[in-house]
Amino acid sequence: MTAQRSLLALLSLPLIGGLLLTACGEGNRGRSASDEVKPGDAGGKVTIQNKGSDTMVNIAQAWAETYNKARPQVAIAVSGGGSGTGIAALLNKTVDIANSSRELKAEEKEKIKQASGKDPVEHTVAYDALAIYVHKDNPLQKITKEQLAGIYAEKGTTELWADLGVTIPGCTDGKIVRISRQNNSGTYEYFREWTLGKGDFKLGSRDMQGSKDVVDTVSQAPCAIGYSGMGYKNDTVRWVGVTTSADAPGVEPSVTTVHDKTYPISRALYMTTAGEVSGESARYLQWIQSAEGQKIVETNGFVPLPTDQIKPAPQ
Amino acid sequence: MRRIEPLIEAVVHICGFSAVFFVIAIFWFVFEEGASFLWNTLDWGQFLGSIEWYPSSESNRRYGALAMIVGTLSVTMLAMAIAVPFGLGGAIFVSEFSSGRTREVLKVVIELLAAIPSVVWGFIGLMLINPLIMSVFDAPMGLNVLNGALLLALMSVPIMVSIGEDALKAVPDSYREAAEAMGATRWQVVWRVLLPAARNGLLAAVLLGVGRAIGETMAVLMATGHAIHIPTSPLDSVRTLTATIAAELGETARGSDHYQVLFVIGMLLFTMTFAINLIADLTIKGVRR
Repeated sequence: MTAQRSLLALLSLPLIGGLLLTACGEGNRGRSASDEVKPGDAGGKVTIQNKGSDTMVNIAQAWAETYNKARPQVAIAVSGGGSGTGIAALLNKTVDIANSSRELKAEEKEKIKQASGKDPVEHTVAYDALAIYVHKDNPLQKITKEQLAGIYAEKGTTELWADLGVTIPGCTDGKIVRISRQNNSGTYEYFREWTLGKGDFKLGSRDMQGSKDVVDTVSQAPCAIGYSGMGYKNDTVRWVGVTTSADAPGVEPSVTTVHDKTYPISRALYMTTAGEVSGESARYLQWIQSAEGQKIVETNGFVPLPTDQIKPAPQ
Repeated sequence: MRRIEPLIEAVVHICGFSAVFFVIAIFWFVFEEGASFLWNTLDWGQFLGSIEWYPSSESNRRYGALAMIVGTLSVTMLAMAIAVPFGLGGAIFVSEFSSGRTREVLKVVIELLAAIPSVVWGFIGLMLINPLIMSVFDAPMGLNVLNGALLLALMSVPIMVSIGEDALKAVPDSYREAAEAMGATRWQVVWRVLLPAARNGLLAAVLLGVGRAIGETMAVLMATGHAIHIPTSPLDSVRTLTATIAAELGETARGSDHYQVLFVIGMLLFTMTFAINLIADLTIKGVRR
């Protein structure tokens, strides 16, 4: 009978363990309390505070780690919370660099100028583009913003591929299988904002845990449609051209169409500072915009800067 | 030796009671993280009665967990419908119809099945069962209730077999001998004598399997499709309570409503597994009397 007792305890472990692990993951991201440290101080260790956009948390972390390896006297403390949080922190002077996936609003610029006496500077560090993925047998060439909203929006009524004028071999019942992301990912929020503004997604989409999972699922299901970063394309899936108006031709995502802004689901990612910075912060930003920093952009599934904007590596 | 004896006794005591401490501490942690939301903000009618789960909406936040509750129950029930015949059948075979080498090998292999990590089961669901279901049933997606239930069935069968076998072994041999002396066939012995005699133990085996299935996270997260949807067939995608916590807790801001409502879901799950384990424990006690 004792064997059964311990089995009882064992059975409840996976649940409890799961709760604890996920809860603990939260604490590691905090900002160190060294608000007083001025970047560029001579001697000692310098900490650059970096906070903002959740979309950029992973890439900012990757930049920080790589940079720290090359220049161990500079530590970069990265945290998320959203673009607005980062800008507010810049305003309160608790961070040196704010990550933002949108341009500053006029009133934010004004407030930062009042608080610091300097105009904010938005450094473009990368581009973010979402491609619309379908199965390789799906003949759909073009999709409009309105059609995407019809498929994904809470009140949207597009349920069948026939509504978009295509039939897909292998998709027997002709229903659109929506692939989406978990509701706290930056990709989810960007796609929701682009297609639906303040609106919500329709329930019943398959919500995947990662950008790659979305593409993998689409590659297996002929009826599926999904959105994900550009870095995940392979031979089993296709990109659909996107357009904002029904008469215009669809534009496929590419480095060129993202740079010239003809691809609609794309945006620049900024690192914003109060005034032109000097010392370690300036060196870090220059490194991010150099060839080495831009290599990390690509490995994280974002689009790097155009060649003519890439800066030389800092000395 | 005499002097350290009380010390060892104390240590053993602490080890024994630490389990109680941990259970209470964990329950307190889960409760405390979600408590203020639970008392002040949570709309129970919406939480238990609506499928609208929009915890990160810009315009209209809604916390309806009904689809996830139904999702958890549907996957668990289908899993049990598959696992109970296999589990109890396996237990009967191992305990009554096999002997010597076969029996030893079977027991080891079944225990090995219990040792496979759940994330590996998830991969099997994603990569193997998913395309299989799509081609066999001509379904648009293979990540659904059936996929999750198959995995959970495979995961809970070993528990049912080993506990079920214990229960059957606990039936005194005199029962079997008496039945055989009356001229009963082996099947009649199992059906008429052993199953009724081991009823409580077998029920406990099933309930422990249910507890395993409800608490499982990783495999169902990967295999059920993770869609907020009330299923109308085993080929529909669903989302379970555990998978929701696993998917969303990592990236929510600590202390936010979204964070807290995930802990309320944790409490709900805790209560469900606690109730099932309690019933299982009481039935095991029943078999002793």
